[in-house]
Amino acid sequence: MSMPANVKIDGNKNLKYSIFNRANFYAKPLKDFFEEVSKLTLFLLRFFKEAVKPPYEFREFFKQSYIIGYKSLPIVTITGFIMGLVLTLQSRPTLAEFGAESWLPGMVALSLIREISPVITALICAGKISSGIGAELGSMKVTQQIDAMEVSSINPYKYLVVTRIMATTLMIPILVVFADGVGVLGGFAGINIHGDVNLYRYFSQVLASLEFIDIMPATIKTFFFGFFIGLIGCYKGFTAANGTESVGKAATSAVVSASLAIFIIDMLAVQLTDIFF
Amino acid sequence: MTDAITQGRQNSATVSNEAVISVNGLYKSFGKNNAVLKGINLHVNKGENLVLLGKSGSGKSIVIKCLVGLEKADEGEINILGTNICNISADELNEVRLKVGFLFQNSALYDSMTVRQNLAFPLRRHSKHLTPKQVDEAIVTALEGVGLSGAIDKMPSELSGGMSKRIALARTLILKPAIILYDEPTTGLDTITAKEISELILHIREKYSTTSIIITHDMACAKLTGDRLAILKDGIIYAEGTYETLEKSKDEWVRSFFL
Repeated sequence: MSMPANVKIDGNKNLKYSIFNRANFYAKPLKDFFEEVSKLTLFLLRFFKEAVKPPYEFREFFKQSYIIGYKSLPIVTITGFIMGLVLTLQSRPTLAEFGAESWLPGMVALSLIREISPVITALICAGKISSGIGAELGSMKVTQQIDAMEVSSINPYKYLVVTRIMATTLMIPILVVFADGVGVLGGFAGINIHGDVNLYRYFSQVLASLEFIDIMPATIKTFFFGFFIGLIGCYKGFTAANGTESVGKAATSAVVSASLAIFIIDMLAVQLTDIFF
Repeated sequence: MTDAITQGRQNSATVSNEAVISVNGLYKSFGKNNAVLKGINLHVNKGENLVLLGKSGSGKSIVIKCLVGLEKADEGEINILGTNICNISADELNEVRLKVGFLFQNSALYDSMTVRQNLAFPLRRHSKHLTPKQVDEAIVTALEGVGLSGAIDKMPSELSGGMSKRIALARTLILKPAIILYDEPTTGLDTITAKEISELILHIREKYSTTSIIITHDMACAKLTGDRLAILKDGIIYAEGTYETLEKSKDEWVRSFFL
């Protein structure tokens, strides 16, 4: 970050003024950040207020759940399978070195269910869903479709935002559980590339290695992943500025912010799991 | 054109003296040094078509956005059908909005819905007592009113500019508003389609007894549809009168609109 040309320290001029200018320049990104966080917080509070107030937009909620959940299944299936397969192939040589190949199914299942599958699936959904919501709402804002709803006495926040956040909150955990299953199957395929393990024995070992605390905290955090994927996508789209350029910006910043939020939530979730379980 | 003007003028005979839109001392600014409206006073009588003229960026659209609460006035009083919308709750504002239709410059059709769904969307929410058959009938009637019943299952992306405007108008009419606000209804249309839209505005006034504010840069549309014209300059209503009066105004700037 370089100083702009109009911010100079001139020895002949008031030193206080120059210091103020420089401080102001460096403080601006920080100010912008806190401004954005406060706006997002207000947006979040409005969500809770609108979500509990009738009428409820069930039809739109089911439509969004279908779009977000069902239409994401192909990409989640492919990535889930590859995750399991690659993890198995990468881990196998190290475990084989210590003669611990029999631990492979358990290790793959644990890694997938506790960490890899929730985070990777959430990141893929951030790319697909959050950007999609950001672009869709941004485009509706630019073309005045949101205003058209408002002047028709239809609450656009309730219809567009609440339904999408609820749908992502519910659908991301389901997608993650699905990706867990497909990932474990990918692991089975990976093991059978070099060896010969039957499906029953493989799943017996997987189930034997899993405990309640492996599944529950990992599943709970996916609700937060889903909530923030929806929230950030909606916030970026709903608050997009006028002009087509802002639609692209809304989509891009939705992906970046949602991905960052996923990592922060994951870090907090791991810390909390360590404390409570 | 002459026939349409005559028809428009005949309809203006139905204008009453009861003001359904009354704006007093409306101020609106964006930021510290960007005052757009600096004390607008405006009155529109029942059944009247008021055309709002002004240079681009003079704040015409802001005025009508303030009338439906899309923009919040900094100062002033806005009475719509006897309700001061500046000091009412969101639910009360929604009640007023049901009586006011708004035709957006770019039509603002919901692009993920078909024409049928676009029209059914506000109707299903506000007329819950209607059966699906009655909703369908209302949609067909509204589309017939704008001469586009054949477009019922099309997507907005399949419509031309003129068709989009007509469908948007049908969507506005389906809730049977008492007031319609038109934001540049003929912008971006060819002369013939623009004239058709202008005639449609007159037809709607005749059929539904609506009161309208029409923002336009199209002087043919202003001449055809307007009972009265108001010209916005420097944040205030600079001149007001009939088309003929303003056309012969002594003020050169006012006359420049009619060249």
